[in-house]
Amino acid sequence: MSGAVGTRISEILEDREAVLGRWVELVTEGVRGRITEREVRTELGELYGLVQRELADGDESAAGELRAALQEISRSRARQGFSPSETAVSVFALKQAVHERIGAAGEETAYAQFIAFSGYVDELGLMTFETYSATREQVIADQAEQLLELATPVVKLWDGILGVPLVGTLDSARTQVVMETLLQMLVDTGSQFAVIDITGVPAVDTEVAQHLLKTVMAARLMGTECVISGIRPQIAQTIVTLGIEFGDIVTKASLADALAYALAASGVRLVEGAGA
Amino acid sequence: MERVPILKIGQILLVSIQIDLQDQTVQVLQEDLAERIVRTGARGVIIDITAVDIVDSFIGRMFSTIASMSRLMDAETVVVGMRPAVAITLVELGLSLGGVRTALDLEKGMRLLGASLPSLADGR
Repeated sequence: MSGAVGTRISEILEDREAVLGRWVELVTEGVRGRITEREVRTELGELYGLVQRELADGDESAAGELRAALQEISRSRARQGFSPSETAVSVFALKQAVHERIGAAGEETAYAQFIAFSGYVDELGLMTFETYSATREQVIADQAEQLLELATPVVKLWDGILGVPLVGTLDSARTQVVMETLLQMLVDTGSQFAVIDITGVPAVDTEVAQHLLKTVMAARLMGTECVISGIRPQIAQTIVTLGIEFGDIVTKASLADALAYALAASGVRLVEGAGA
Repeated sequence: MERVPILKIGQILLVSIQIDLQDQTVQVLQEDLAERIVRTGARGVIIDITAVDIVDSFIGRMFSTIASMSRLMDAETVVVGMRPAVAITLVELGLSLGGVRTALDLEKGMRLLGASLPSLADGR
């Protein structure tokens, strides 16, 4: 890298106080008080030193450190709520700081070298962009996974009766998870009944109904019975309009009704006590 | 060739499948079972598939065949101990095992057949 950029740029960078000072000034203007000048100076001072080392000595370890430092800055800026362009622009500001120095001296050769230097800074700026999107993608992937786990709990309602409160849209992947979790829990707890509550499912179409039917059939094959509850008026209308047949599967309007049905079917009798 | 043992508990015949089922084994099992039902006058057949973790359509059909066959001889069939993965496979294959009753485990299967355990029965 050092050979391509040329000695004149390195010489300009030697004047650390002036170039770094101008760079910090430009960046501080851009961030408009969201981080203090002192913080900017510490961050950029570190970067500046590393850029200098890489350009002047062709130092391999400095190149690695520089990229790590940039990634760190990009990540912390992302957390502070800066947009990726703002982070990248603060790196690009170094070009302007150097360019102004060349303009002051008015040298022809330095301009040629400045083109190469500009390419080098662009590369660094783009790297902050990449780090930013990689960080965001990681966050999204984590959230998707958490959502899948959160959204499919299987709870015990009574001895031998499980409840599955479904919330959110049902797609094939989720149904698969629900089906597997539910069936495994039925085996583990030796439960005879499962109540699938779809109060939180925003819409039921033929696909969702198909998924529900499959789950119920699989549970039935294992010798257990499923009751579907939480069918709201609009959903009941949609189901009839679409001509979906739930066959002989028991459906109830509310979770309470379904629980009462399951209790009665498993031979539990509820008696009102004195406190009621 | 391996044979699947058929055990008699009271008025129930218990078939516990512990081996990989070959077509030939299934054929022999069906013949043995039919013969035992007639000889013992059993009223129920329990097929325990707790140890089975791979099924295909052939085995799925076997359950239905055994159930229909037993019903002709007045014995009820219950399949017990099906694993979740097996149930999902059967549903995906579109097999609903019509005419076969199922239960979670052996105990529930026996209760389903209305049979008391042999120790409680009158020493049969």
